[in-house]
Amino acid sequence: MTMEASVTALDAAQVREMILYAGEKIKENKPFLTKVDSAIGDGDHGIGMSVGFTKVEENLKDKEFTTINEVFKTTGMSMVQSMGGASGVIFGTMFLGGVKNLKQKTELDADVLAKIFEASLQAIKERGKASLGDKTMIDALEPAVNGLKESASNSAALLEALKKAEENAAEGVENSKEYIAKFGRAKSLGERAVGHQDAGATSVWIIFKSMREWLEQASK
Amino acid sequence: MKKVINNPSNVVKEMLEGIMIAHQESFQKVDGVNGIIKKELKDKVAIVTGGGSGHEPLFFGVVGDGLADGVAVGNVFAAPTPDTVQAVAKAVDSGKGVLFIYGNYAGDVLNFDMAAELLEFDDVTTTTVKVTDDVVSAPVERKEDRRGIAGDLFVIKVAGAAAERGLSLEEVTAATQKANEHTYSIGVALSPGTIPDSGEPTFTLADDEIELGMGIHGEPGMERTKLMPADELTDKLLEKLLDESKLTSDDEVCVLINGLGSTTLMELFIVNRRVAQILDEKGIHIHDIDVNNYCTTQEMGGFSITLLKLDSELKAYYDAPANAPYYKK
Repeated sequence: MTMEASVTALDAAQVREMILYAGEKIKENKPFLTKVDSAIGDGDHGIGMSVGFTKVEENLKDKEFTTINEVFKTTGMSMVQSMGGASGVIFGTMFLGGVKNLKQKTELDADVLAKIFEASLQAIKERGKASLGDKTMIDALEPAVNGLKESASNSAALLEALKKAEENAAEGVENSKEYIAKFGRAKSLGERAVGHQDAGATSVWIIFKSMREWLEQASK
Repeated sequence: MKKVINNPSNVVKEMLEGIMIAHQESFQKVDGVNGIIKKELKDKVAIVTGGGSGHEPLFFGVVGDGLADGVAVGNVFAAPTPDTVQAVAKAVDSGKGVLFIYGNYAGDVLNFDMAAELLEFDDVTTTTVKVTDDVVSAPVERKEDRRGIAGDLFVIKVAGAAAERGLSLEEVTAATQKANEHTYSIGVALSPGTIPDSGEPTFTLADDEIELGMGIHGEPGMERTKLMPADELTDKLLEKLLDESKLTSDDEVCVLINGLGSTTLMELFIVNRRVAQILDEKGIHIHDIDVNNYCTTQEMGGFSITLLKLDSELKAYYDAPANAPYYKK
Protein backbone atom coordinates (compact mmCIF):
# COMPACT_ATOMS: atom_id res chain seq x y z
CA MET A 1 0.00 0.00 0.00
CA THR A 2 1.39 3.40 -0.88
CA MET A 3 0.05 6.84 -0.36
CA GLU A 4 1.31 10.37 -0.40
CA ALA A 5 3.55 11.53 2.41
CA SER A 6 1.13 14.30 3.32
CA VAL A 7 -1.73 11.83 3.75
CA THR A 8 -4.54 13.50 5.64
CA ALA A 9 -7.08 10.72 5.96
CA LEU A 10 -7.38 6.93 6.04
CA ASP A 11 -10.35 4.85 4.96
CA ALA A 12 -11.82 2.02 7.04
CA ALA A 13 -9.67 -0.68 5.41
CA GLN A 14 -6.52 1.29 6.15
CA VAL A 15 -7.55 1.90 9.74
CA ARG A 16 -8.13 -1.83 10.07
CA GLU A 17 -4.58 -2.48 8.81
CA MET A 18 -3.17 0.10 11.21
CA ILE A 19 -4.89 -1.50 14.21
CA LEU A 20 -3.82 -4.99 13.13
CA TYR A 21 -0.25 -3.73 12.99
CA ALA A 22 -0.55 -2.23 16.49
CA GLY A 23 -1.86 -5.60 17.68
CA GLU A 24 1.16 -7.39 16.23
CA LYS A 25 3.45 -5.01 18.05
CA ILE A 26 1.60 -5.50 21.33
CA LYS A 27 1.93 -9.26 20.92
CA GLU A 28 5.65 -8.92 20.13
CA ASN A 29 6.01 -6.92 23.33
CA LYS A 30 4.27 -9.51 25.54
CA PRO A 31 7.49 -10.47 27.40
CA PHE A 32 8.40 -6.80 27.88
CA LEU A 33 4.94 -5.91 29.21
CA THR A 34 5.03 -8.96 31.49
CA LYS A 35 8.35 -7.79 32.87
CA VAL A 36 7.10 -4.23 33.44
CA ASP A 37 3.91 -5.48 35.13
CA SER A 38 5.69 -8.08 37.29
CA ALA A 39 7.72 -5.37 39.00
CA ILE A 40 4.66 -3.84 40.69
CA GLY A 41 1.55 -5.66 39.44
CA ASP A 42 0.65 -9.30 39.10
CA GLY A 43 2.51 -9.84 35.86
CA ASP A 44 -0.42 -10.70 33.63
CA HIS A 45 -0.81 -7.47 31.65
CA GLY A 46 1.20 -8.71 28.65
CA ILE A 47 -0.75 -11.97 28.62
CA GLY A 48 -4.09 -10.16 28.73
CA MET A 49 -3.20 -7.65 26.01
CA SER A 50 -1.93 -10.44 23.84
CA VAL A 51 -5.17 -12.43 24.29
CA GLY A 52 -7.14 -9.27 23.43
CA PHE A 53 -5.28 -8.44 20.24
CA THR A 54 -5.37 -12.08 19.11
CA LYS A 55 -9.17 -11.81 19.26
CA VAL A 56 -9.03 -8.42 17.50
CA GLU A 57 -7.05 -9.99 14.68
CA GLU A 58 -9.57 -12.83 14.41
CA ASN A 59 -12.47 -10.39 14.16
CA LEU A 60 -10.86 -7.76 11.91
CA LYS A 61 -8.81 -9.84 9.54
CA ASP A 62 -11.03 -11.11 6.78
CA LYS A 63 -13.86 -8.65 7.17
CA GLU A 64 -14.87 -5.69 5.06
CA PHE A 65 -15.49 -2.45 6.93
CA THR A 66 -17.00 0.70 5.47
CA THR A 67 -16.91 2.94 8.52
CA ILE A 68 -14.18 3.84 11.00
CA ASN A 69 -16.81 3.40 13.71
CA GLU A 70 -17.21 -0.31 12.93
CA VAL A 71 -13.46 -0.92 13.01
CA PHE A 72 -13.07 0.72 16.41
CA LYS A 73 -16.20 -0.94 17.79
CA THR A 74 -15.10 -4.40 16.64
CA THR A 75 -11.66 -3.81 18.13
CA GLY A 76 -13.07 -2.71 21.49
CA MET A 77 -15.68 -5.46 21.71
CA SER A 78 -13.07 -8.09 20.87
CA MET A 79 -10.97 -6.90 23.79
CA VAL A 80 -13.85 -6.62 26.27
CA GLN A 81 -15.10 -10.09 25.37
CA SER A 82 -11.80 -11.92 25.41
CA MET A 83 -9.48 -10.40 28.00
CA GLY A 84 -11.29 -10.14 31.28
CA GLY A 85 -9.54 -8.44 34.18
CA ALA A 86 -9.44 -4.66 34.55
CA SER A 87 -7.53 -4.20 31.31
CA GLY A 88 -10.22 -5.92 29.23
CA VAL A 89 -12.81 -3.31 30.13
CA ILE A 90 -10.36 -0.39 30.15
CA PHE A 91 -8.56 -1.11 26.87
CA GLY A 92 -11.83 -2.22 25.29
CA THR A 93 -13.26 1.18 26.26
CA MET A 94 -10.19 2.87 24.70
CA PHE A 95 -11.60 1.75 21.32
CA LEU A 96 -15.32 1.42 22.10
CA GLY A 97 -15.84 4.59 24.11
CA GLY A 98 -14.59 6.86 21.35
CA VAL A 99 -17.12 5.82 18.73
CA LYS A 100 -20.12 5.31 21.00
CA ASN A 101 -21.55 8.74 20.20
CA LEU A 102 -19.57 9.47 17.05
CA LYS A 103 -21.43 10.09 13.77
CA GLN A 104 -20.62 7.42 11.18
CA LYS A 105 -17.27 8.30 9.59
CA THR A 106 -15.73 6.76 6.49
CA GLU A 107 -12.47 8.67 6.87
CA LEU A 108 -10.05 9.08 9.74
CA ASP A 109 -8.14 12.36 9.84
CA ALA A 110 -6.35 14.10 12.69
CA ASP A 111 -9.57 15.77 13.79
CA VAL A 112 -11.60 12.53 13.93
CA LEU A 113 -8.73 10.73 15.65
CA ALA A 114 -8.58 13.45 18.31
CA LYS A 115 -12.37 13.32 18.80
CA ILE A 116 -12.35 9.51 19.13
CA PHE A 117 -9.60 9.29 21.72
CA GLU A 118 -10.87 12.31 23.63
CA ALA A 119 -14.23 10.58 24.07
CA SER A 120 -12.44 7.31 24.96
CA LEU A 121 -10.44 9.06 27.65
CA GLN A 122 -13.64 10.47 29.14
CA ALA A 123 -15.32 7.06 29.09
CA ILE A 124 -12.32 5.38 30.71
CA LYS A 125 -12.17 8.00 33.45
CA GLU A 126 -15.85 7.52 34.21
CA ARG A 127 -15.63 3.75 34.26
CA GLY A 128 -12.33 3.37 36.09
CA LYS A 129 -12.71 6.50 38.26
CA ALA A 130 -9.01 7.25 37.79
CA SER A 131 -7.24 10.51 36.90
CA LEU A 132 -3.86 11.60 35.63
CA GLY A 133 -1.20 10.75 38.21
CA ASP A 134 -2.88 7.63 39.59
CA LYS A 135 -0.32 5.37 37.87
CA THR A 136 -2.71 3.93 35.29
CA MET A 137 -2.91 3.90 31.49
CA ILE A 138 -4.46 7.39 31.74
CA ASP A 139 -0.98 8.73 32.50
CA ALA A 140 -0.11 8.02 28.85
CA LEU A 141 -3.53 8.38 27.23
CA GLU A 142 -4.36 11.84 28.54
CA PRO A 143 -1.15 13.49 27.29
CA ALA A 144 -1.51 11.59 24.00
CA VAL A 145 -5.05 12.93 23.61
CA ASN A 146 -3.80 16.44 24.38
CA GLY A 147 -1.23 16.01 21.62
CA LEU A 148 -3.92 14.88 19.17
CA LYS A 149 -6.18 17.80 20.07
CA GLU A 150 -3.35 20.28 19.68
CA SER A 151 -2.41 18.81 16.30
CA ALA A 152 -6.03 18.83 15.14
CA SER A 153 -6.48 22.47 16.07
CA ASN A 154 -3.35 23.29 14.04
CA SER A 155 -4.80 21.33 11.09
CA ALA A 156 -1.77 19.03 11.22
CA ALA A 157 -1.47 15.95 9.01
CA LEU A 158 -2.42 12.59 10.51
CA LEU A 159 1.21 11.48 10.78
CA GLU A 160 2.16 14.65 12.64
CA ALA A 161 -0.72 14.10 15.03
CA LEU A 162 0.31 10.50 15.72
CA LYS A 163 3.93 11.56 16.22
CA LYS A 164 2.83 14.10 18.80
CA ALA A 165 0.58 11.54 20.52
CA GLU A 166 3.42 9.00 20.66
CA GLU A 167 5.86 11.56 22.02
CA ASN A 168 3.44 12.70 24.72
CA ALA A 169 2.54 9.10 25.63
CA ALA A 170 6.24 8.26 26.03
CA GLU A 171 6.63 11.24 28.33
CA GLY A 172 3.56 10.07 30.23
CA VAL A 173 5.06 6.60 30.71
CA GLU A 174 8.21 8.23 32.05
CA ASN A 175 6.17 10.40 34.43
CA SER A 176 4.19 7.39 35.65
CA LYS A 177 7.37 6.14 37.32
CA GLU A 178 7.10 8.93 39.88
CA TYR A 179 3.48 8.31 40.79
CA ILE A 180 2.06 6.31 43.69
CA ALA A 181 -0.51 3.81 42.44
CA LYS A 182 -4.14 4.41 43.40
CA PHE A 183 -5.59 1.37 41.62
CA GLY A 184 -4.98 -2.28 40.98
CA ARG A 185 -2.56 -4.47 42.75
CA ALA A 186 0.27 -1.91 42.78
CA LYS A 187 -1.87 0.22 45.11
CA SER A 188 -0.88 -1.69 48.21
CA LEU A 189 2.82 -1.04 47.45
CA GLY A 190 2.57 2.69 48.23
CA GLU A 191 5.97 4.36 47.90
CA ARG A 192 7.52 1.05 46.88
CA ALA A 193 5.95 1.39 43.39
CA VAL A 194 7.78 4.66 42.75
CA GLY A 195 10.52 4.26 40.14
CA HIS A 196 8.50 1.72 38.13
CA GLN A 197 6.48 2.65 35.06
CA ASP A 198 2.85 1.60 34.71
CA ALA A 199 2.26 -1.37 32.42
CA GLY A 200 -1.06 -0.04 31.05
CA ALA A 201 0.53 3.31 30.21
CA THR A 202 3.30 1.38 28.46
CA SER A 203 0.71 -0.41 26.31
CA VAL A 204 -0.91 2.90 25.36
CA TRP A 205 2.49 4.19 24.25
CA ILE A 206 3.13 1.03 22.18
CA ILE A 207 -0.28 1.41 20.50
CA PHE A 208 0.37 5.04 19.44
CA LYS A 209 3.96 4.28 18.50
CA SER A 210 2.96 1.41 16.25
CA MET A 211 0.12 3.37 14.62
CA ARG A 212 2.70 6.05 13.77
CA GLU A 213 5.10 3.39 12.44
CA TRP A 214 2.43 1.85 10.25
CA LEU A 215 1.43 5.19 8.78
CA GLU A 216 5.04 6.16 8.20
CA GLN A 217 5.75 2.91 6.38
CA ALA A 218 2.53 3.13 4.38
CA SER A 219 3.32 6.71 3.40
CA LYS A 220 6.68 5.79 1.87
CA MET B 1 7.44 -25.02 38.50
CA LYS B 2 6.32 -28.32 37.00
CA LYS B 3 2.67 -28.27 35.96
CA VAL B 4 0.45 -30.94 34.49
CA ILE B 5 -0.94 -28.90 31.60
CA ASN B 6 -1.09 -28.96 27.82
CA ASN B 7 -0.95 -25.68 25.87
CA PRO B 8 -0.91 -22.98 28.61
CA SER B 9 -3.48 -20.96 26.62
CA ASN B 10 -6.00 -23.80 26.99
CA VAL B 11 -5.87 -24.37 30.75
CA VAL B 12 -9.23 -22.75 31.54
CA LYS B 13 -11.04 -24.39 28.62
CA GLU B 14 -9.68 -27.84 29.40
CA MET B 15 -10.31 -27.46 33.14
CA LEU B 16 -13.95 -26.56 32.43
CA GLU B 17 -14.32 -29.61 30.20
CA GLY B 18 -13.05 -31.77 33.05
CA ILE B 19 -15.36 -30.10 35.57
CA MET B 20 -18.38 -30.62 33.33
CA ILE B 21 -17.61 -34.31 32.89
CA ALA B 22 -17.16 -34.79 36.65
CA HIS B 23 -20.33 -32.93 37.61
CA GLN B 24 -22.64 -33.52 34.67
CA GLU B 25 -25.46 -34.63 36.95
CA SER B 26 -25.64 -31.25 38.71
CA PHE B 27 -24.07 -28.69 36.31
CA GLN B 28 -24.89 -27.30 32.91
CA LYS B 29 -22.57 -25.24 30.75
CA VAL B 30 -23.70 -21.81 29.52
CA ASP B 31 -23.41 -21.71 25.72
CA GLY B 32 -20.60 -19.70 24.19
CA VAL B 33 -18.99 -18.44 27.40
CA ASN B 34 -16.96 -19.82 30.31
CA GLY B 35 -19.95 -20.09 32.62
CA ILE B 36 -21.52 -22.92 34.61
CA ILE B 37 -24.96 -22.99 36.21
CA LYS B 38 -26.98 -25.45 38.26
CA LYS B 39 -28.92 -27.99 36.24
CA GLU B 40 -32.10 -27.55 38.24
CA LEU B 41 -32.92 -23.93 38.89
CA LYS B 42 -35.53 -22.74 41.36
CA ASP B 43 -38.01 -19.89 41.27
CA LYS B 44 -36.06 -17.61 43.59
CA VAL B 45 -33.48 -14.82 43.67
CA ALA B 46 -30.41 -16.11 41.83
CA ILE B 47 -26.86 -15.88 43.15
CA VAL B 48 -24.05 -15.42 40.63
CA THR B 49 -20.42 -15.50 41.69
CA GLY B 50 -17.16 -15.60 39.79
CA GLY B 51 -13.62 -14.42 39.40
CA GLY B 52 -10.32 -15.38 37.89
CA SER B 53 -9.38 -19.02 37.46
CA GLY B 54 -6.51 -20.51 39.40
CA HIS B 55 -8.24 -20.37 42.80
CA GLU B 56 -10.06 -23.72 42.58
CA PRO B 57 -12.29 -25.02 44.03
CA LEU B 58 -13.61 -21.44 44.23
CA PHE B 59 -15.75 -20.38 42.59
CA PHE B 60 -17.33 -23.22 40.61
CA GLY B 61 -17.13 -25.49 43.67
CA VAL B 62 -19.86 -23.54 45.47
CA VAL B 63 -22.43 -23.76 42.70
CA GLY B 64 -25.18 -25.91 44.18
CA ASP B 65 -28.30 -26.04 46.34
CA GLY B 66 -28.37 -23.40 49.05
CA LEU B 67 -25.31 -21.68 47.57
CA ALA B 68 -24.61 -20.02 44.19
CA ASP B 69 -26.72 -20.73 41.10
CA GLY B 70 -24.09 -19.82 38.56
CA VAL B 71 -20.45 -18.94 38.13
CA ALA B 72 -18.64 -16.74 35.60
CA VAL B 73 -15.14 -18.09 35.06
CA GLY B 74 -12.30 -15.78 34.07
CA ASN B 75 -8.87 -16.47 32.66
CA VAL B 76 -6.14 -17.29 35.19
CA PHE B 77 -6.16 -14.57 37.89
CA ALA B 78 -8.22 -12.31 35.60
CA ALA B 79 -11.85 -11.31 36.12
CA PRO B 80 -14.47 -12.89 33.82
CA THR B 81 -15.60 -10.77 30.86
CA PRO B 82 -18.84 -8.74 31.00
CA ASP B 83 -20.54 -10.90 28.37
CA THR B 84 -19.70 -14.02 30.39
CA VAL B 85 -21.27 -12.55 33.52
CA GLN B 86 -24.23 -11.32 31.47
CA ALA B 87 -24.86 -14.74 29.90
CA VAL B 88 -24.62 -16.54 33.26
CA ALA B 89 -26.98 -14.05 34.93
CA LYS B 90 -29.52 -14.35 32.13
CA ALA B 91 -29.36 -18.12 32.33
CA VAL B 92 -30.15 -18.24 36.07
CA ASP B 93 -32.61 -15.35 36.42
CA SER B 94 -36.12 -16.53 37.26
CA GLY B 95 -37.44 -12.97 37.06
CA LYS B 96 -36.74 -12.34 40.74
CA GLY B 97 -33.36 -10.74 40.15
CA VAL B 98 -29.72 -11.68 40.45
CA LEU B 99 -27.24 -10.96 43.24
CA PHE B 100 -23.57 -10.73 42.23
CA ILE B 101 -21.06 -11.81 44.90
CA TYR B 102 -17.35 -11.60 44.21
CA GLY B 103 -14.07 -10.57 45.81
CA ASN B 104 -13.38 -6.84 45.69
CA TYR B 105 -10.70 -6.53 42.98
CA ALA B 106 -10.55 -3.72 40.40
CA GLY B 107 -10.94 -6.11 37.45
CA ASP B 108 -13.92 -7.94 38.91
CA VAL B 109 -15.67 -4.68 39.81
CA LEU B 110 -15.23 -3.26 36.28
CA ASN B 111 -16.43 -6.40 34.54
CA PHE B 112 -19.40 -7.17 36.83
CA ASP B 113 -20.47 -3.50 36.74
CA MET B 114 -20.35 -3.49 32.95
CA ALA B 115 -22.37 -6.72 32.95
CA ALA B 116 -24.95 -5.11 35.24
CA GLU B 117 -25.32 -2.26 32.73
CA LEU B 118 -25.76 -4.72 29.85
CA LEU B 119 -28.35 -6.67 31.87
CA GLU B 120 -30.52 -3.58 32.25
CA PHE B 121 -31.26 -3.94 28.54
CA ASP B 122 -32.28 -7.55 29.17
CA ASP B 123 -34.62 -6.52 32.01
CA VAL B 124 -32.60 -8.46 34.55
CA THR B 125 -32.37 -6.66 37.88
CA THR B 126 -29.04 -7.03 39.65
CA THR B 127 -27.51 -6.09 42.98
CA THR B 128 -23.93 -6.52 44.12
CA VAL B 129 -22.07 -7.45 47.28
CA LYS B 130 -18.30 -7.17 47.02
CA VAL B 131 -16.53 -9.34 49.55
CA THR B 132 -14.03 -7.32 51.63
CA ASP B 133 -12.88 -9.71 54.34
CA ASP B 134 -9.08 -9.28 54.12
CA VAL B 135 -8.37 -7.02 57.11
CA VAL B 136 -4.77 -6.32 56.09
CA SER B 137 -5.59 -5.07 52.58
CA ALA B 138 -6.72 -1.59 53.71
CA PRO B 139 -7.12 0.21 57.04
CA VAL B 140 -10.52 0.19 58.70
CA GLU B 141 -11.21 3.79 57.53
CA ARG B 142 -11.14 2.49 53.98
CA LYS B 143 -12.92 -0.77 54.70
CA GLU B 144 -14.70 -0.64 51.33
CA ASP B 145 -11.28 -0.88 49.61
CA ARG B 146 -10.44 -4.19 51.23
CA ARG B 147 -10.00 -7.28 49.08
CA GLY B 148 -11.93 -10.51 49.24
CA ILE B 149 -10.21 -13.81 50.09
CA ALA B 150 -11.49 -17.05 51.65
CA GLY B 151 -14.35 -15.19 53.37
CA ASP B 152 -16.13 -15.44 50.00
CA LEU B 153 -17.25 -18.87 51.18
CA PHE B 154 -19.16 -17.64 54.25
CA VAL B 155 -20.72 -14.74 52.37
CA ILE B 156 -21.93 -17.00 49.55
CA LYS B 157 -23.22 -19.53 52.12
CA VAL B 158 -25.39 -16.91 53.82
CA ALA B 159 -26.60 -15.48 50.49
CA GLY B 160 -27.55 -18.91 49.18
CA ALA B 161 -29.52 -19.75 52.32
CA ALA B 162 -31.34 -16.41 52.29
CA ALA B 163 -32.28 -16.85 48.64
CA GLU B 164 -33.42 -20.43 49.27
CA ARG B 165 -35.82 -19.11 51.90
CA GLY B 166 -37.65 -17.18 49.17
CA LEU B 167 -36.73 -13.67 50.28
CA SER B 168 -36.76 -10.71 47.88
CA LEU B 169 -33.64 -9.50 46.08
CA GLU B 170 -33.46 -6.56 48.47
CA GLU B 171 -33.68 -8.80 51.54
CA VAL B 172 -31.18 -11.35 50.23
CA THR B 173 -28.77 -8.52 49.41
CA ALA B 174 -29.14 -7.03 52.90
CA ALA B 175 -28.44 -10.39 54.58
CA THR B 176 -25.42 -10.90 52.33
CA GLN B 177 -24.11 -7.43 53.06
CA LYS B 178 -24.42 -8.18 56.75
CA ALA B 179 -22.51 -11.46 56.32
CA ASN B 180 -19.73 -9.56 54.57
CA GLU B 181 -19.58 -7.00 57.36
CA HIS B 182 -19.30 -9.82 59.90
CA THR B 183 -16.54 -11.70 58.05
CA TYR B 184 -12.88 -11.09 58.90
CA SER B 185 -9.89 -12.82 57.36
CA ILE B 186 -6.12 -12.68 57.51
CA GLY B 187 -3.60 -14.71 55.56
CA VAL B 188 0.07 -15.60 55.55
CA ALA B 189 2.22 -16.53 52.55
CA LEU B 190 5.07 -19.05 52.68
CA SER B 191 5.74 -19.52 48.98
CA PRO B 192 4.30 -18.29 45.66
CA GLY B 193 1.94 -19.88 43.17
CA THR B 194 2.84 -19.90 39.48
CA ILE B 195 0.98 -18.32 36.55
CA PRO B 196 0.57 -21.26 34.14
CA ASP B 197 0.99 -19.12 31.00
CA SER B 198 4.22 -17.35 31.91
CA GLY B 199 5.58 -19.95 34.31
CA GLU B 200 6.47 -17.04 36.58
CA PRO B 201 5.89 -17.07 40.35
CA THR B 202 3.34 -14.48 41.55
CA PHE B 203 5.95 -13.10 44.00
CA THR B 204 9.29 -14.03 45.53
CA LEU B 205 10.13 -14.84 49.12
CA ALA B 206 13.42 -16.14 50.52
CA ASP B 207 13.39 -19.78 51.63
CA ASP B 208 13.29 -18.90 55.31
CA GLU B 209 10.86 -15.98 54.96
CA ILE B 210 7.09 -15.58 55.25
CA GLU B 211 4.85 -12.57 54.74
CA LEU B 212 2.07 -11.91 57.21
CA GLY B 213 -1.11 -10.58 55.65
CA MET B 214 -0.03 -11.11 52.05
CA GLY B 215 -2.88 -11.27 49.51
CA ILE B 216 -3.68 -14.33 47.44
CA HIS B 217 -2.01 -12.88 44.31
CA GLY B 218 1.07 -11.78 46.23
CA GLU B 219 -0.26 -8.35 47.20
CA PRO B 220 2.01 -7.02 49.95
CA GLY B 221 0.97 -7.69 53.53
CA MET B 222 1.89 -6.13 56.85
CA GLU B 223 5.20 -7.74 57.70
CA ARG B 224 7.89 -9.88 56.09
CA THR B 225 9.58 -12.00 58.71
CA LYS B 226 11.47 -15.24 59.33
CA LEU B 227 9.51 -18.47 59.47
CA MET B 228 8.34 -19.18 63.03
CA PRO B 229 6.60 -22.07 64.85
CA ALA B 230 2.91 -22.60 64.02
CA ASP B 231 1.63 -21.43 67.40
CA GLU B 232 3.61 -18.22 67.36
CA LEU B 233 2.48 -17.49 63.80
CA THR B 234 -1.15 -18.26 64.59
CA ASP B 235 -1.00 -16.02 67.67
CA LYS B 236 0.29 -13.10 65.59
CA LEU B 237 -2.40 -13.50 62.94
CA LEU B 238 -5.22 -13.98 65.43
CA GLU B 239 -4.15 -10.97 67.43
CA LYS B 240 -4.65 -8.75 64.39
CA LEU B 241 -7.90 -10.49 63.49
CA LEU B 242 -9.39 -10.17 66.97
CA ASP B 243 -8.34 -6.56 67.14
CA GLU B 244 -10.08 -5.85 63.81
CA SER B 245 -13.23 -7.85 64.53
CA LYS B 246 -13.65 -6.48 68.06
CA LEU B 247 -14.84 -9.89 69.20
CA THR B 248 -15.37 -10.21 72.93
CA SER B 249 -16.20 -13.01 75.29
CA ASP B 250 -19.61 -14.60 74.70
CA ASP B 251 -19.50 -13.72 71.00
CA GLU B 252 -20.15 -16.66 68.74
CA VAL B 253 -18.16 -17.40 65.57
CA CYS B 254 -17.66 -19.80 62.69
CA VAL B 255 -14.03 -20.48 61.85
CA LEU B 256 -12.49 -21.28 58.49
CA ILE B 257 -8.87 -22.39 58.21
CA ASN B 258 -8.21 -22.19 54.49
CA GLY B 259 -5.13 -23.63 52.82
CA LEU B 260 -3.70 -21.66 49.89
CA GLY B 261 -2.62 -24.65 47.81
CA SER B 262 0.45 -26.50 48.98
CA THR B 263 0.18 -26.19 52.74
CA THR B 264 -0.91 -29.59 54.02
CA LEU B 265 -4.00 -30.48 56.03
CA MET B 266 -1.61 -31.63 58.74
CA GLU B 267 -0.33 -28.07 59.06
CA LEU B 268 -3.82 -26.58 58.81
CA PHE B 269 -5.05 -28.76 61.68
CA ILE B 270 -2.08 -27.69 63.82
CA VAL B 271 -3.11 -24.08 63.20
CA ASN B 272 -6.74 -24.91 63.87
CA ARG B 273 -5.87 -26.42 67.25
CA ARG B 274 -4.16 -23.18 68.27
CA VAL B 275 -6.99 -20.98 66.98
CA ALA B 276 -9.49 -22.98 69.02
CA GLN B 277 -7.30 -22.77 72.15
CA ILE B 278 -7.07 -19.00 71.93
CA LEU B 279 -10.73 -18.38 71.16
CA ASP B 280 -11.54 -20.66 74.08
CA GLU B 281 -9.26 -18.70 76.40
CA LYS B 282 -11.02 -15.49 75.38
CA GLY B 283 -14.45 -17.00 76.00
CA ILE B 284 -15.45 -16.75 72.34
CA HIS B 285 -17.81 -19.59 71.41
CA ILE B 286 -17.05 -21.61 68.33
CA HIS B 287 -20.23 -22.63 66.54
CA ASP B 288 -18.53 -24.44 63.68
CA ILE B 289 -15.07 -25.04 62.27
CA ASP B 290 -14.14 -25.77 58.66
CA VAL B 291 -10.57 -26.80 57.79
CA ASN B 292 -10.17 -27.06 54.04
CA ASN B 293 -8.71 -25.71 50.80
CA TYR B 294 -11.42 -23.50 49.30
CA CYS B 295 -9.65 -20.41 48.04
CA THR B 296 -6.27 -21.43 46.65
CA THR B 297 -3.69 -19.82 44.38
CA GLN B 298 -2.25 -22.75 42.50
CA GLU B 299 0.60 -24.22 44.58
CA MET B 300 0.94 -21.16 46.83
CA GLY B 301 2.05 -22.03 50.36
CA GLY B 302 0.33 -20.54 53.36
CA PHE B 303 -3.15 -20.28 54.83
CA SER B 304 -5.77 -17.85 56.00
CA ILE B 305 -7.98 -17.69 59.07
CA THR B 306 -11.54 -16.41 58.66
CA LEU B 307 -13.98 -15.60 61.44
CA LEU B 308 -17.68 -15.08 60.84
CA LYS B 309 -19.28 -13.31 63.77
CA LEU B 310 -22.73 -14.76 64.21
CA ASP B 311 -26.03 -13.36 65.31
CA SER B 312 -29.28 -15.33 65.29
CA GLU B 313 -30.07 -14.41 61.68
CA LEU B 314 -26.63 -15.30 60.29
CA LYS B 315 -26.52 -18.47 62.38
CA ALA B 316 -29.76 -19.73 60.88
CA TYR B 317 -28.47 -19.09 57.34
CA TYR B 318 -25.14 -20.70 58.14
CA ASP B 319 -26.83 -23.85 59.46
CA ALA B 320 -29.21 -24.20 56.52
CA PRO B 321 -28.58 -27.17 54.22
CA ALA B 322 -26.27 -26.75 51.24
CA ASN B 323 -24.99 -29.11 48.61
CA ALA B 324 -22.34 -28.29 46.01
CA PRO B 325 -19.38 -30.29 44.70
CA TYR B 326 -16.99 -28.71 47.20
CA TYR B 327 -19.31 -27.63 50.00
CA LYS B 328 -21.92 -29.58 51.88
CA LYS B 329 -23.88 -28.78 55.00
